[in-house]
Amino acid sequence: MNSVLAATSYILVHTPDMVLHNGTTQTTEKTVNPGSDYLKALPQHIRSYEQALSYAPNQAYIGGMTPDELDKMPQPWYPNPVEKAERFAKYGEIMPQDEFLLLLQACDVFDLAFLSKDFVAKTKPAFEQHFLMREDIVARVKEGVDVENIRKNVEEEHAEGLYHLGELVGYIKRAHDVDANLAAHVILENLVSKASSVLALLHLVHNAGINADEIEYVIDCSEEACGDMNQRGGGNFAKAAAEIAGLSNATGSDQRAFCAAPAHALVTAASLVKAGTFKKVVVTSGGSTAKLGMNAKDHVRKDMPVLEDTVGGFAALISVDDGVNPEIDLDIVGRHVVGTGSSPQAVITSLVLKPLENAGMKIADVDKYAAEMQNPDITKPAGAGDVPQANFKMIAALAVKSGEIGRTELNSFIEEHGMVGWAPTQGHIPSGAPYLGFARQDILDDRIKTAMIIGKGSLFLGRMTNLFDGISFVLRKNRGKQAPEQAISKLEVRGLIAEALRAFAGSMMDESGGSHA
Amino acid sequence: MSLLTDKKLIIIGDRDGIPAPAIEECFKNIDAQVVFSSTECFV
Repeated sequence: MNSVLAATSYILVHTPDMVLHNGTTQTTEKTVNPGSDYLKALPQHIRSYEQALSYAPNQAYIGGMTPDELDKMPQPWYPNPVEKAERFAKYGEIMPQDEFLLLLQACDVFDLAFLSKDFVAKTKPAFEQHFLMREDIVARVKEGVDVENIRKNVEEEHAEGLYHLGELVGYIKRAHDVDANLAAHVILENLVSKASSVLALLHLVHNAGINADEIEYVIDCSEEACGDMNQRGGGNFAKAAAEIAGLSNATGSDQRAFCAAPAHALVTAASLVKAGTFKKVVVTSGGSTAKLGMNAKDHVRKDMPVLEDTVGGFAALISVDDGVNPEIDLDIVGRHVVGTGSSPQAVITSLVLKPLENAGMKIADVDKYAAEMQNPDITKPAGAGDVPQANFKMIAALAVKSGEIGRTELNSFIEEHGMVGWAPTQGHIPSGAPYLGFARQDILDDRIKTAMIIGKGSLFLGRMTNLFDGISFVLRKNRGKQAPEQAISKLEVRGLIAEALRAFAGSMMDESGGSHA
Repeated sequence: MSLLTDKKLIIIGDRDGIPAPAIEECFKNIDAQVVFSSTECFV
């Protein structure tokens, strides 16, 4: 009995000041070229919250418009804002930075995050009104400290400043005097990841219409590491986020595989449910401050707004088969293995062609593919091309190579089985996962029957291996609630053997006409 | 003899384009020295 994809949530947090202060493109530039023209020009290219809200790909990410609707809009999308864009949509929300800083403090359980009194007083009324912020979460926000205290900690105590609209409104204290793993900027990075994961979890529980206590296990698949100098990647983001989100009956763990981690985690979650270990497993992830403004140099050079100004997050609920929601078919799992090789053709063969061939299916039998769903508005001006299209081209090329479709059908195959990308370049966030919500709905509404989710990861960035990585699985229309497979007990086997022996003995007696005892 | 014979090569591959090991493979039969080879990720 397969597990099902029961619900999803998608959130973005608009973090313009974190682009300037925490994105590694900017922090590196400040170190190597502090007076650069780029750093001087950058603030003029930062978007307002309203601009980020009305940006079509952001609306698609939270379910405010479908990929088809986005596809119909003229590209590039950034000069064409969506009219009447809403903060909340079908799958989640785009949270403004000020409220997020309060959530970040609510997620700090070690007294490391401090905000100014004025900022808290100004922001708390809106934070309190958020329909998902329970009283116990709001109660975690402290009254605040004075601005002088903040300045002193940032200037003299190695604290990391927290800014809103250019103003210093708080700080993150370092958690250790010497340990680099507990430095203020690491704690900030981890708290942002945790808080955005908490926001995704809160929306997921709401979207699923379940009691938070029903969730038994949480897998975090982000790209941060938390730990100290003796266990640098100790974890556990999953349990830390589950605590604040109120999943009191859950434990969990972290799964890491660079951008491929969400797909790995979903396969793991589906396996845990299919095996009967847990009934409800959640895969969750927050976003990365480091990647904010990653391609901003090119955006500034081309006089564009800095489009990488949001932290992303998502969560997915995997449950036992309910006979309705799409199944995660674990009979069709593609793997990039150690011996696969790194060429794009080898990668896609291992993730798409092989698992389908093993299941007796063809590439065209899968209605929709979701691989790397990066927003091309971000990547094209930076010279990285249209990443989703590049992936679909390779899948289509394999379909041509295997004789499934003719060469002239390549473009129509891409149009039919692919889609535009809409996810922010937050590493793991675009990797297959953004389509889960739409895929579930498309399958429930009978627009499609199957979708393949593909996760790909750049393991070589960690300098431990030159290998690439990837894993894929198929989501399919529910085939009706299946009864658990009939298990035969030892006793029944003995009975069957005894019955067969008796029949055999009987036939022998009939042939010989009597007993030979 | 090619343009790259006896040259030192720095190879930067793109994970969504041509990865470094694949580029490196192309230079196996040329007397060029690969001094650095790495695939990078821009997304």
